[in-house]
Amino acid sequence: MQMTGAEIFVECLKREGVEVIFGYPGGAVLPIYDAIFQQSHFKHILVRHEQAALHAANGYARVSGKCGVSLVTSGPGATNAITGLADSNADSIPNVCFTGQVPLPMIGTDAFQEADIIGITRSATKHNFLVKNVEDLALTIRQAFHIATTGRPGSVVVDIPKDLGFAKCDFVWPEKVNMRSYQPRTSGHAGQIKKAIKAMLEAKRPMLYSGGGIMNAQGSAALLKTLAHQLNAPVTNTLMGLGGIPFDDKHFVGMLGMHGTYEANMAVSHCDLLVSIGARFDDRVTGRLDAFAPDAKIIHIDVDPTSISKNVDADLPIVGDVGIVLQQLLDELSHQGGVPDLEALKLWWQQIDEWRAKDSLGFEQSEEGPIKPQTVIHKVHDITKGNAIVTTDVGQHQMWAAQHYGFKEPHKFLTSGGLGTMGYGLPAAVGAAMAAPNEPIVVFTGDASIQMCIQELATAYQYRQKIVVVLLNNAYMGMVRQWQEMFHESRFSHSYFDSLPDFAKLAEAYGGVGIKVDTLDELDKALEVAFGSQESFVFIDIAVAKEENVFPMVPAGAALNEMVLA
Amino acid sequence: MRHTITILVENEFGVLTRIAGLFSARGYNIETLNVAPTLDETVSRLTLVTRGDERIIEQIKKQLNKLIPVIKVEDISHMVHLERGLLMLKVIDVKGLRKAAETSGAKIIDHEADSYFIAEFTGSPEEVDTFLVSIDAEYIIEASRTGPVGMRRGSKGFVV
Repeated sequence: MQMTGAEIFVECLKREGVEVIFGYPGGAVLPIYDAIFQQSHFKHILVRHEQAALHAANGYARVSGKCGVSLVTSGPGATNAITGLADSNADSIPNVCFTGQVPLPMIGTDAFQEADIIGITRSATKHNFLVKNVEDLALTIRQAFHIATTGRPGSVVVDIPKDLGFAKCDFVWPEKVNMRSYQPRTSGHAGQIKKAIKAMLEAKRPMLYSGGGIMNAQGSAALLKTLAHQLNAPVTNTLMGLGGIPFDDKHFVGMLGMHGTYEANMAVSHCDLLVSIGARFDDRVTGRLDAFAPDAKIIHIDVDPTSISKNVDADLPIVGDVGIVLQQLLDELSHQGGVPDLEALKLWWQQIDEWRAKDSLGFEQSEEGPIKPQTVIHKVHDITKGNAIVTTDVGQHQMWAAQHYGFKEPHKFLTSGGLGTMGYGLPAAVGAAMAAPNEPIVVFTGDASIQMCIQELATAYQYRQKIVVVLLNNAYMGMVRQWQEMFHESRFSHSYFDSLPDFAKLAEAYGGVGIKVDTLDELDKALEVAFGSQESFVFIDIAVAKEENVFPMVPAGAALNEMVLA
Repeated sequence: MRHTITILVENEFGVLTRIAGLFSARGYNIETLNVAPTLDETVSRLTLVTRGDERIIEQIKKQLNKLIPVIKVEDISHMVHLERGLLMLKVIDVKGLRKAAETSGAKIIDHEADSYFIAEFTGSPEEVDTFLVSIDAEYIIEASRTGPVGMRRGSKGFVV
């Protein structure tokens, strides 16, 4: 059956099971937008900036477990999308982005709105394609989804010249994708699995450390919990792995790394076996490398072989999908019928409990105020019963959310971990709201971060999304200020604003409810309004303690056991 | 240490840039790089020479493998292997240089009496170096040299 390229685009997305895409029209994608207008298979969400389309697709992907999809035009539309592509790629989130391109005969002529998107996005994506024949379009789209969602997931760009939208050919749907050059390994090597279980049973001070990989493999969080319980081993999560084990599970010792808990960082520093599960030893986690887990044998489970022994040498590498490998480990554990060294573990837990007693996340809230940011996070946790989908921007508020919200399940904490993108939170919440319209969705943000993508309040309003934006307003770029205070002798170079907008009025101007909060009483009332039945988004601008810092902290370049507690 | 890496890739546009981009993005240096289609026209074979310690080379191999169009990567440095590079040398034809070149095993592929000759020399990188220094630099007009292509010895082929 003959179809135009634009019709093939729609048909392929339908067959890929796409339910929603995020985009912004422009000249080069008008044939595709015309085909979208005439179909009802998937929804199109109009964002207000292409970067937000990518973040929204990312948020949608993380909550739904499906691939995020976005559509932007050529030139500036595509270059605006770069940050979102790099963000998804850094955090291994499946995201396919279709970019319009000038017509084929005009490529390379510096035509209006032309950019070398294949060149520009090469290092920001897992892979990219320029489609040069309409006959290749269906196969390319199929390959793009396959690459984005398998192996270590990531972002993939498909650049489609405008004239392909009009060109016609017979539609052929490739049922199977078989790429000889791309065959990601899914299950771990049986011999390595055996060795890993032996090491786990022999360990006297084991430690499990899981990252974003625990999210990508559906169902693997439950397997992690089972493994931790069977081994009676403590578990720590990276920022990306929060929710990988319930925050109130007794085996969970909190997040590790730069702003991790004292007990997590001390346990990693003193363990004799560290099992990394879908985490990649980011510098924000390891601190000074030569002092990282100095006594530990390291087992590294990752679907991406390049992550293994990149930063920290693995004694036992296991390449494979985290979910499959965890199941293999559990099978092997029951097959061997072994029990861990219970006597040694008793001592290990005693030690951990001593570290726990430091209460490194403790803070004091005076009744008179000012409002501590940590208080706000705790109150939101209580009112949402810890069940909200939480998105954040980047900075102090992000770390407070990670430390204090308390995540029960995976896929509930959406944050920009690898790239650290300010402006991520609000559009990610827009995407999350498309995936889970009936769940409470909270954006924790800062006065600097929110201004990076604040225009997406318009999107939230247009689609009547009940997002609650909680702005922890300290009138500073908080984390920049904290670093300047600690490492630059309090020279606060350009880390504050001379003129902040009236955020509550701004939110109202965008169609939502805007509330300004200065006192604890006002805070309780505002949260009640926000999580009551609202027809639109609610934006709460909360004046918090201006110079509150995020503690505990491992200063950059220090070892994990050299934490500053307060 | 010097490493010779052979790579099979899908023969499609942009692959070379992906490989070169991988090296530049991570601050690795490519010493030489040769590429051409194989007997199977859908596959190209590259021979790449780079330097680095074992850890860096391991990362390079993994990163190369991670590129979607890369089919196979092999570091042949530690295997018994052969390397051959080509040198073309344009020389002012004086003092019996032409004869000297021919004696070294070069083939004369162009010649204009008393003015110049072009010699073609193939050999291992060391042999090419030795040949190059055997010709008086004063009389060399220009030189063009490929990096080596490589192949491990033995009956087994490096194919898809």
